[in-house]
Amino acid sequence: MDLGLEVLFKGQNLMRLLGGLGVALQISLISVGFSIPLGILMGLCMTSQNRIGRFSLRFYLEFIRIMPQLVLLFLVFFGTTRAWGWNISGELSAVIVFTLWGTAEMGDLVRGALQSIPKHQYESAYALGMTTVQTFVSIIFPQAVRRLIPLAINLITRMIKTTSLIVMIGVVEVLKVAQQIIESNRMNSPNAAFIVYLFVFVLYFLACFPISLLARYLEKRWR
Amino acid sequence: MAETVLELQKIRKQFSDTVVLNGVDLAVKQGEVIVIIGPSGCGKSTLLRCINGLEPIQGGQILFYNERIDTCKDLSLVRQKIGMVFQSYELFPHKTVLENVILAPVKVQRRNKEKVKKEAIELLERMGLGQKINSYPKELSGGQKQRVAIARVLCMHPQVLLFDEVTAALDPEMVHEVLQVILDLAQSGRTMLIVTHEMQFARAIADRICFLENGHILEDTSPKEFFENPKTERAKQFLKTFTYERKQ
Repeated sequence: MDLGLEVLFKGQNLMRLLGGLGVALQISLISVGFSIPLGILMGLCMTSQNRIGRFSLRFYLEFIRIMPQLVLLFLVFFGTTRAWGWNISGELSAVIVFTLWGTAEMGDLVRGALQSIPKHQYESAYALGMTTVQTFVSIIFPQAVRRLIPLAINLITRMIKTTSLIVMIGVVEVLKVAQQIIESNRMNSPNAAFIVYLFVFVLYFLACFPISLLARYLEKRWR
Repeated sequence: MAETVLELQKIRKQFSDTVVLNGVDLAVKQGEVIVIIGPSGCGKSTLLRCINGLEPIQGGQILFYNERIDTCKDLSLVRQKIGMVFQSYELFPHKTVLENVILAPVKVQRRNKEKVKKEAIELLERMGLGQKINSYPKELSGGQKQRVAIARVLCMHPQVLLFDEVTAALDPEMVHEVLQVILDLAQSGRTMLIVTHEMQFARAIADRICFLENGHILEDTSPKEFFENPKTERAKQFLKTFTYERKQ
């Protein structure tokens, strides 16, 4: 049976697929870049004493978690156009949605990491005469970061994988390129779908696996 | 007459509606070792935490060399002079033994790192931890961790030491090595306030025993007097819980 392997290497196909992966990675990494500082800020606010702040962030987190990412994408891409006539590109919509999502999840991870440090760690630092700032910088953050990094890396791989949804708002990323290639070769190699999608899988794997390995390595080293 | 180092006057501490300390008076002289005993929940640990400023007090005052410290803004200065060791040691898990000990002297007191290091190593060696200076806390036994915690406090050169049930979380065999360290400190003339449940140890180390019950000091007397001839009914009852007899 002809699997249509040659389709992958026909013309610019390989480069186009890699370019598609590039778009997916670019969108997820820009979003990660925004999510990390915003998430740290959110996590700090979530552990603060301010009740209203804590409650509203909790609400925001639950809202983002309950909404499927696809619905959020539609809301930003189509919804804002209908409601206010904004003309936001698919790529920008994707970055906005992934940043909103990443910030919420990252914030919760930071909150969890900070709260997992026992109260006694603060107290013994204070009892040694350390100030609040010194305690956070030397004692709390270094421990929180060790707990946070494996989880944060896991979130990054999730964000990369979830970019496959943005094909639905018309962004030409790796999955869309794959569909285009399959469509245009429908007549000469009708079985190419399998091999092309398999290749997409391999691409995602190559993008995410090293990140997973890094997380596992850090987790072991810091245990 | 030795100088009074620490003086508590009518200390009152409450958590919302529960009164934990209700008018505690205590004066600690230079070089004195005071052991505070009493039933659980009587406020022993809270008393130490108040002295160290970890808990604010609602009434009375705390004087350190005749200066009020309970209203002091800069608690860091007070805590550098009054060192505290906790029940659960609480070493910093991401730092080695040596880093644990030198952290505060270098960061807080801004002392010369090399000198502090030298001193810390000497301290640790004296406590039998010379082999462990580059280990992480998770590689140590409970008794070793607690000795590191004591070295960490000593390295700050405190004038008063507070020990809050430092052997309560240890296996019986480890208790001895830690108490021996504290006993050595007492013999070198350190001023100390010790909360403990180890009665034999209390008797051996104390210059004075304070029996705390329901937020009051019921007895404040010599160990001999307290253990052989307690004055209050409550202290007699308390001491009875440490002896076992077969019912006839």
